[in-house]
Amino acid sequence: MRHITLSQAVNEAIAEEMRRDLTTFLIGEDVAEAGTPFKVLAGLVEEFGPERVIDTPIAEPGFMGIAVGAALTGSRPIVDLMFGDFLYLIMDQLCNQAAKAYYMSGGKLNVPLVLRTNLGATRRSAAQHSQSLHALVAHIPGLKVAMPSSAYEAKGLMKTAIRDNNPVVILEDKLMYNDKAPVPEEEYLIPFGEAHVKRAGTDITLIATSSMVQVCEAAAETLAAEGISAEVIDPRTLVPLDEATLIESAKKTSRVIVVDEGHQSYGITGEIAGRINEKAFYHLDAPVLRMGAMDVPVPFSPALEDITVPTPEGVTENARKLMSGEMIHAA
Amino acid sequence: MADTKTNTEDFMRMYRQMVRIRVFEDNANQLYLSAKMPGLTHMYSGEEAVAVGICEALTDDDRITSTHRGHGHCVAKGADYKQMFCELLGKEEGYCRGKGGSMHIADQSHGNLGANAIVGGSMGIATGSALRAKLQGSDDVTVCFFGDGATAQGLLYEVMNMAALWQLPVIYACENNGYSEYTKTEEIAAGSITARAEAFGIEAFTVDGQDVLAVNDLSQKLVARARKGEGPFFVELMTYRYHGHHVGDINRDYYREKEEEAIWKEQRDPIVNFGKWLSEEGIASAEDLKAMEDEIRAEAKAAVDYALSAKYPDESEVDMHVFAPTDPATLRPGA
Ligand SMILES: Cc1ncc(C[n+]2csc(CCOP(=O)(O)OP(=O)(O)O)c2C)c(N)n1
Ligand SMILES: [Mg+2]
Repeated sequence: MRHITLSQAVNEAIAEEMRRDLTTFLIGEDVAEAGTPFKVLAGLVEEFGPERVIDTPIAEPGFMGIAVGAALTGSRPIVDLMFGDFLYLIMDQLCNQAAKAYYMSGGKLNVPLVLRTNLGATRRSAAQHSQSLHALVAHIPGLKVAMPSSAYEAKGLMKTAIRDNNPVVILEDKLMYNDKAPVPEEEYLIPFGEAHVKRAGTDITLIATSSMVQVCEAAAETLAAEGISAEVIDPRTLVPLDEATLIESAKKTSRVIVVDEGHQSYGITGEIAGRINEKAFYHLDAPVLRMGAMDVPVPFSPALEDITVPTPEGVTENARKLMSGEMIHAA
Repeated sequence: MADTKTNTEDFMRMYRQMVRIRVFEDNANQLYLSAKMPGLTHMYSGEEAVAVGICEALTDDDRITSTHRGHGHCVAKGADYKQMFCELLGKEEGYCRGKGGSMHIADQSHGNLGANAIVGGSMGIATGSALRAKLQGSDDVTVCFFGDGATAQGLLYEVMNMAALWQLPVIYACENNGYSEYTKTEEIAAGSITARAEAFGIEAFTVDGQDVLAVNDLSQKLVARARKGEGPFFVELMTYRYHGHHVGDINRDYYREKEEEAIWKEQRDPIVNFGKWLSEEGIASAEDLKAMEDEIRAEAKAAVDYALSAKYPDESEVDMHVFAPTDPATLRPGA
């Protein structure tokens, strides 16, 4: 199978869907000629023209609001938010308007809209360009949230997002745009709410999102050499969440670590750990462990930034401790 | 050039500060190209007369807010090379102890409230600083620097409305360098930028941002008036950035022509043109100016060398400064 980059995968998905459905359009800053600073959308304006690949001024709440209005009245906008950190600027339009329209109208108005943005630290971009803010949007009823962990997922999830009749937030890891993965030539979609078991194992479950899947795969490799069999699961969508697959794995292995790049406190890791505690309690041999990013703004200095995010070494270390019973804090 | 003032010292300081910015940026670019600087940076080269013309009209008590293209404002407001280069390289001795980097660089002790990586992110901060001055009866002025692209942010119109209603001592300084990222200003700005301020009853001016004396003249007048409670004001400064949007933006033919860049660099350079004027007026010879530049380059080199070998912050600093301490004594009832 051919290998393409995550960036190409996103580009292909959007191009295919824009060909398929003429009500779709792209809107955001420097999406046309520039094809975004990460060049993800390069070439789309040439094919679809400036009417459907729309460059905006630097007015995030404005173009987000415009997209919501267009979606309510028959378009299917794909909104490009240059950095996930700018979510704060558009929160009202996204969370008060887009997320609630269907519910508040008693099912009469819906918002088929995709917001594609990014996450991820360690790019030396400091505190306002490095955040992983998916927990903020996953918290809001009415928003679906997808997090591709490779080019394959990026394409399949994007196509599903564009066809979904609800507002969907897709967060790509900006450090993965050049990572290649096998992606079929033929069309495929990845349904929402279906976790993917990346690696089967029997001793411990590592649940990981986005680039943390790679981190956990690397950890699983090290653990395998030590005789510990780790299962790695990628939920792929946080909302809807494939709870069944996660619970089933927890019951099988009896030990779980949840790894995510959002801040650890009040985040994704706590939510997933909580669900496993509720539904697999009697099967667990150790507390479910959370590994998120440190609860600090992302520092610029490489000497500090690198220690704020989970690493393969950190996951391996914690897995060993869980296996040896060290993490069981008996009262 | 704006007409004469006789203060040789002021002129020479303005020239020096402009050269200091240019030399800082040359070194920053070199650090990037030689892969010694973490991340990216947005260069101020070409726009020196804006930051210097304005900041030379301010005192240390006056505040500024800066942008992602903030090295120029930082130098112009009085920062030292050593701590700036340390910040750029993420070292402990940097102005922000390595936590901010290029996009948040600022010498707080000279009234710089910070560079901001959110376009338009400092408009509220600058206006709030001006409100504080008014509430506390202080006569300092705050200058809010932002780009042409930032005029698209709705926040600007919310805060200008309040600044005008409350007559706040704030000067909105729009550095119009013709581009926001990879897009020409005319494609992202409808109507006139100054007219938007005028709609709130704010006096607005347009000035040649390549002419440091013109910028300084206007700034002196507006700062003096703002101190007396006649603010706010809005200034659009016409200028140009020589480099790409950031240091990595090298192939930019698709949005900006080489000929256009050449015209600005060859005919409109703020440092070259001011240097010529200084010579013509008999204030400084070309040799004097060259000697000054050499001295600044040597200082920069020493600062870069120092920063390269300076130490990184200790890992224990990672969770320092998340919260500022509060003195428990102030929390006692009746305190
Ligand atoms: C809210 C926000 N939107 C988008 C960006 C990405 N961005 C960084 S600089 C920039 C262009 C800013 O243009 P302008 O205000 O004219 O300043 P210049 O870079 O020309 O100095 C953009 C879009 C950002 N940092 N913040
Ligand atoms: Mg600009």
